[in-house]
Amino acid sequence: MAVCVAVIAKENYPLYIRSVPTESELQFHYMVHTSLDVVDEKVSAMGKALVDQRELYLGLLYPTEDYKVYGYVTNSKVKFVMVVDSSNAALRDNEIRSMFRKLHNSYTDVMCNPFYTPGDRIQSRCACACRGGPAGRGSCSESK
Amino acid sequence: MADAALFEFLHTEMVAELWAHDPDPSPGVSAGPRGGEMGGRKGQKTSLSVLKGMGFRVGQALGERLPRETLAFREELDILKFLCKDLWVAVFQKQMDSLRTNHQGTYVLQDNSFPLLVRMASGLQYLEEAPKFLAFTCGLLRGTLSTLGIKSLVTASVAALPACKFQVVIQKA
Repeated sequence: MAVCVAVIAKENYPLYIRSVPTESELQFHYMVHTSLDVVDEKVSAMGKALVDQRELYLGLLYPTEDYKVYGYVTNSKVKFVMVVDSSNAALRDNEIRSMFRKLHNSYTDVMCNPFYTPGDRIQSRCACACRGGPAGRGSCSESK
Repeated sequence: MADAALFEFLHTEMVAELWAHDPDPSPGVSAGPRGGEMGGRKGQKTSLSVLKGMGFRVGQALGERLPRETLAFREELDILKFLCKDLWVAVFQKQMDSLRTNHQGTYVLQDNSFPLLVRMASGLQYLEEAPKFLAFTCGLLRGTLSTLGIKSLVTASVAALPACKFQVVIQKA
């Protein structure tokens, strides 16, 4: 299951970042931050290649020895980054895609919430519960 | 089918409510008809910006929800086409009638029978009242464009009801 999930705004600041409680949470924050460069590379590469259908799902961004990082970008240039435990026997592409789809749906719901101002940090408890689903069991930790 | 009517009624009531407080006597120095006029104009401006603000927030949410599952927007023109087709169909159940551009950041979207004006009149009657009913839609366009990454200025003009034109000017940062 995912060990860290992050929603990054268009201007590259985090709107929402949650990880499984460990000592090295900062490591996940750092991984997400470095993955933003890879996301930008992939998006601009897609733009240049004259592909008819450009995917929202970016796929594996980069693997490290313990973790794999996956990315997804929306039409409004909001990025979702997910860090997954490598030891977890082959999480199939389909499963990752469906996790991202659920994330996208909850993000859209947050946008439609009249009490949410776009650009603020996401603090909805509903959103946290939805993350609990796709990210697997394990309590969410507050990471400010 | 009933969905269109619901939004039209709500919109009509929004405009009516915001303008109900308009004939306020101005607390300004100049008394008399001049003072009342100034207060009225300021009140009108506030109401227009309230409507635009509402439209903006709705546009932001729609900009997130409506685009399809693929990264379809390769350039500005694609985004404008999305506005004319998908957004207009989602909100007004019809497509925009024409889109013109000068290829230098200005687009004119023309709707020959704008649903929010179609019930009012056909011709020149109520021409002065028409801008109030277009403010929300201007905000809607601006909000959707802002979610999709374009800063813009949207103005609306009516020559004869129910046809209206929305002019979108892209602002380069």
